[in-house]
Amino acid sequence: MTIRLLAATAILAASASLASAQQLAPSPTLDAVKARGNIECGVHLGLPGFSFADDKGEWTGLDVDYCKALAAAVLGDAKKVKFTPTSVQQRWPILQSGQVDLLARNSTITFSRNASLGLNFQGINFYEGQTFIVRKATNAKSAADLDGASVCVAAGSTEEKNASDWFLERNLKVTITNFQKNDDAIAAYDAGRCDAYTAGVGALAGQRVKLKVPGDHIILTQPISNDPQGPVTRWGDERWQLIVRWVLNGQIAAEMLGVTSANVDQMKASSKNSEVRRLLGAEGNFGAMMGLSNDWMYNVIKQVGNYGESFERTVGMGSTLKLERGQNQLWTKGGLLFTPPFQ
Amino acid sequence: MGIAGLSLWRRRLFGTPATGVVTILIGLALVWLAVPMVRWALVNATWSGTTRADCAPGGACWVFVKARFGQFMYGFYPPDQRWRADLAGLLFVFGAAATVFAPPRLRLKIGIAALVILPPLGIWLLAGGFGLRPIETREWGGLMLTLFISVYASLIAIPLGILFALGRQSELRVIRLISVLFIEFWRGVPIIAVIFLASLLLPLILPGGIGIDRLARAVIGLGLVIAAYMAEAVRGGLQALPPGQREAATALGLTYWKATGLIILPQALRISLPAMTNEFIALVKNTTLVLVVSILDLLGIAQASLADPAWVGMNMEAYVFSGSIYWLICFALSRWSRHLEMMGRRQHR
Repeated sequence: MTIRLLAATAILAASASLASAQQLAPSPTLDAVKARGNIECGVHLGLPGFSFADDKGEWTGLDVDYCKALAAAVLGDAKKVKFTPTSVQQRWPILQSGQVDLLARNSTITFSRNASLGLNFQGINFYEGQTFIVRKATNAKSAADLDGASVCVAAGSTEEKNASDWFLERNLKVTITNFQKNDDAIAAYDAGRCDAYTAGVGALAGQRVKLKVPGDHIILTQPISNDPQGPVTRWGDERWQLIVRWVLNGQIAAEMLGVTSANVDQMKASSKNSEVRRLLGAEGNFGAMMGLSNDWMYNVIKQVGNYGESFERTVGMGSTLKLERGQNQLWTKGGLLFTPPFQ
Repeated sequence: MGIAGLSLWRRRLFGTPATGVVTILIGLALVWLAVPMVRWALVNATWSGTTRADCAPGGACWVFVKARFGQFMYGFYPPDQRWRADLAGLLFVFGAAATVFAPPRLRLKIGIAALVILPPLGIWLLAGGFGLRPIETREWGGLMLTLFISVYASLIAIPLGILFALGRQSELRVIRLISVLFIEFWRGVPIIAVIFLASLLLPLILPGGIGIDRLARAVIGLGLVIAAYMAEAVRGGLQALPPGQREAATALGLTYWKATGLIILPQALRISLPAMTNEFIALVKNTTLVLVVSILDLLGIAQASLADPAWVGMNMEAYVFSGSIYWLICFALSRWSRHLEMMGRRQHR
């Protein structure tokens, strides 16, 4: 009798563990990361605010922060990540050939890249887009206010075409002044030869620092083009893609829910919001469902912070770049930043 | 400079009215170019301080170079281990000096000993293992990496180059064909393409992904290209030798290798030394091409540090500084080769 009962329990337990094992699809990338003890993250060779090495040789920036967050989620330690700087020519092959586990490298998400390169984009960590930098004194709030103004651009650049198309479509009389190189164009803008200079939001933030009096200029937050950027993974290995996607979502959700690196311990211990409790692993087993520990997002928030903290520290007001959130603000506050719920 | 020297210069610079005018014009142009340069680089420059804010506008901000000096020299090599790079460099300088200044009888032996011992020793010191803390090549960078690539690529290129130059002159058809194919192939491919293939295509083709180190692939690729150039430089020397040299050596009963090693090569290499130095100088400058695969040599690290928001806009400083170091290296090399040539000519007499 007891023996049969024991046997039955044993069978039940075995089938239960089998079921939970079956839920986890194999993930060679995750296995390799765990065996290696670090994440291999492909980053930009040097882009102010996004990825660069500081005086001490430490990699810093918004993209670098994401890699650190992933390391905190997967390995419990934000320091367990190694960076491979990649040039624009080698970024895709280096990911395709498996030399890095992912790219967090300011790469614009496009249909053709997604469809033909064998790569998947796992969400958006920066809404990039072409916009304008103008002097504060002009009082321009958006590109539409630039009627009658002049814009310095590099001749033949994508930016030149975008800008002239945009103004033409809206019947705005804007003088486009051409220069041979971007550097010449921005120097001419700084010297007062034009009212505006145009480039991507991120690039403008980096260039504003170089101007004579950076504080006199503002970057218009409403862009005229759409170049969203985010972490990239190879096709295949869905579980790894899941992790990469939901660590980013988790950082955004934490900001939505008001979880910061400062209050994460208190939130985990006493929050009554069940989404916060699930996010931080106080309730449910979301981490285990991906093959991670349940405090995966707790580690991310504790060690790296939520998306907003990361943004302010690297490109935002807490950094030299002083970029406004703009489109990279939460959707509830007028931006585009969004995450599906942790349910 | 005595009175005689002075009058010689006067004759050279102001010999005729026409040369006088040209001298004055060139002098003015030099002053016109040099004054703003000196003013920027020295007079208005800021030397002390720690941040960008300490720098006066209108002059060079050498504070930037000072803050980044360690990185410019060693890349991300851990600061407490940088003595290893210094030691490796010293050993190579010592090995070269010992070979050059050794008494002629011992020179060959010392040279060969240095060639056998130093390269593996250098790699051990830099990469670690066997008692030293291992340091991945991704942390290497700066001037140290530039020198590493130059030295190790030429360690591949010079012996291979000599072999293929001899092979091209060989009487055996197959060897001649192989040599010609090798030389023409590597000479015809752009270096940048070779570095790309070595760095990107190889891992896609090879099973197992990251089999060979990224830096090693780039060094081998560069070495093979330069080997082809070196082979052509050596061939020039070989062809300049009168055929009587080999005929005489053979008549004395020397085998092919003995005749080559004792009679032909010493003379041929002396003749081709200037051309080979040229190739080496080109190699030093070509190492900057590894930037396309994000290996951060001196130029690469200078460029990468421009991305630090704390230092953006330091383009001039970064390029002037790294450019001067490349110039210093290449100038020293060309002086050294001139010195060797002179020595060779003196021995020849």
